[in-house]
Amino acid sequence: MAQKHRLERYHGYLYIAPWLIGFLVLTLYPFVTSLFYSFTKYDIFSWEFAGLKNYVDIFTKDKIFANSLRRTLIYTVIAVPLKLAIALAMATLLARPLRGIGLFRTVYYVPSLLGSSVALSIIWKYLFKSDGLVNMLLKVIGVTGPNWLGDYHITFWTMVLLPMWQMGSPMVIFLAALKTVPEELTEAASIDGANPIQRYFGITLPMISPVIFFNIIMQTIEIIQLFTPAYIITKGGPAKSTYLYALMLYDTSFRDFKMGYASALSWVLFVIIIAFTLLLFRKSSSWVYYKDGEGL
Amino acid sequence: MKRRWITYLVLTLMAVLLGYPILWLIFSSFKPSAEIFASVRLLPKSFTFSGYVEGWRSTSQLPFSTYLLNSAKLVIPTVLLTCVSSVLVAYGFSRFSFPGKRAWFLVMISTLMLPNTILMIPRYILFKNLNVLNSYVPFYLQAAFATNPFFSYLLIQFFRGIPHELDESATIDGCGRMRILVSIILPLARTPIISVALFQTMWTWNDFFNALIYIDTVKMYPVSLGLRLAIDADTAVNWSKIVAMTVVSIAPLILMFLFLQRYFVAGIATSGIKG
Repeated sequence: MAQKHRLERYHGYLYIAPWLIGFLVLTLYPFVTSLFYSFTKYDIFSWEFAGLKNYVDIFTKDKIFANSLRRTLIYTVIAVPLKLAIALAMATLLARPLRGIGLFRTVYYVPSLLGSSVALSIIWKYLFKSDGLVNMLLKVIGVTGPNWLGDYHITFWTMVLLPMWQMGSPMVIFLAALKTVPEELTEAASIDGANPIQRYFGITLPMISPVIFFNIIMQTIEIIQLFTPAYIITKGGPAKSTYLYALMLYDTSFRDFKMGYASALSWVLFVIIIAFTLLLFRKSSSWVYYKDGEGL
Repeated sequence: MKRRWITYLVLTLMAVLLGYPILWLIFSSFKPSAEIFASVRLLPKSFTFSGYVEGWRSTSQLPFSTYLLNSAKLVIPTVLLTCVSSVLVAYGFSRFSFPGKRAWFLVMISTLMLPNTILMIPRYILFKNLNVLNSYVPFYLQAAFATNPFFSYLLIQFFRGIPHELDESATIDGCGRMRILVSIILPLARTPIISVALFQTMWTWNDFFNALIYIDTVKMYPVSLGLRLAIDADTAVNWSKIVAMTVVSIAPLILMFLFLQRYFVAGIATSGIKG
């Protein structure tokens, strides 16, 4: 009986076993080996220990790395806040009790259905190629549009616009959060004489701040690793201006088969993401409000 | 009254901005190639199915139906395995207390934020050593072992909201743990489980990167790689084929969304908000 009772305590492990095994074999083990590979010279067939050489090379010799990292960080730092600001603004409009809201929500979400698919890249290419839809529309009003995907100075910014088209998915998260803000709170504030703008910034936004925080983290991790559009639409060009980090990683590992060097590159990105996340978490205590006093 | 008018104006403007490219794509798929980039007219001047016919037959060596069929073989088992594994894991985390539970749960949540770039090389080498490259097994394995914690997390949030009294009365009636899951939890959790299935369908169907590294031979290509092949193989002029096949590749997702929209919304709402 006592024996059975002791086993009973571990009954839950039976159910979480799929995840636990998956975590150990398909996540933790790769995670650790990736760190190990980053100290080797490894071309898939044979490997030799290389010490810190990969890391030294990355920071002292690799011009492509410096360019890709800089471009990717600028891309992320601009695209994430912009996308979330638009998503939050549209969610705020949709949260009001108006007719036909459901239809708008549907239309806004459709581009997000395409995820990071090839179809998305094809659409973007046809919109912005030199004789594409955007330039045809500009011609109608008498403007000659630029070469959106061919001009060194413009292409990067054309690509920055891409995540905006998919603001629907964070928008739906914001919308659900906005609906949970208790009306009594805003009503009480309005009785106290707060105007709508004060109510929005003083009550509504703080109430949904955990969701804003969640969206910032998830979008940052997603956008900093953006791959498919850079691979399909611009192939990193022109002149490496859209050679985003994930594309560089792919080329280094699966085209040039420098697995050790690529692992080191992925660890550099990982450390940057971790540093950024920790910074956000530390800063978050000053602006993220949790009802029950605990985080995630 | 005036404010409402402005709201509608902004909403409509945004809807046009976001929706127009997709409408344009769909209408363009019925135009001959020469017409697609010749005018901004939405409706085709000469209506034709030739984009679909040609695209279906010969965007590359194989008919497009091969890629669709491959995508089905990739997506369906992946989705089913994801549902089974994430239900079990969510049940374990939400209905049992066991030593180390809190720690494991925190580990799971933190892997939500683990970037895929750091795992891709060792996972690739692992699957290579297991001799399962160029098959859909890497996808099946990752689904069966709940590697994407998003789905378990979503279901945990929901399961926690189901009153424990239901389990307790079933226990008194002599139900075992598995029986409670199947006959009490599952019927109540239909909506979030369908959400899980929809999201995994969408993500696996769209997934280009993993297909690119795991699948080598054309006859195994899912839609994402087949479409890429079509744009690479075709030189400049044959737009209508590519546009038509792009529409074919997104149509299942859009139809699924239009009919099952409420499950998408429910899923997003549960996952994004601390429940």
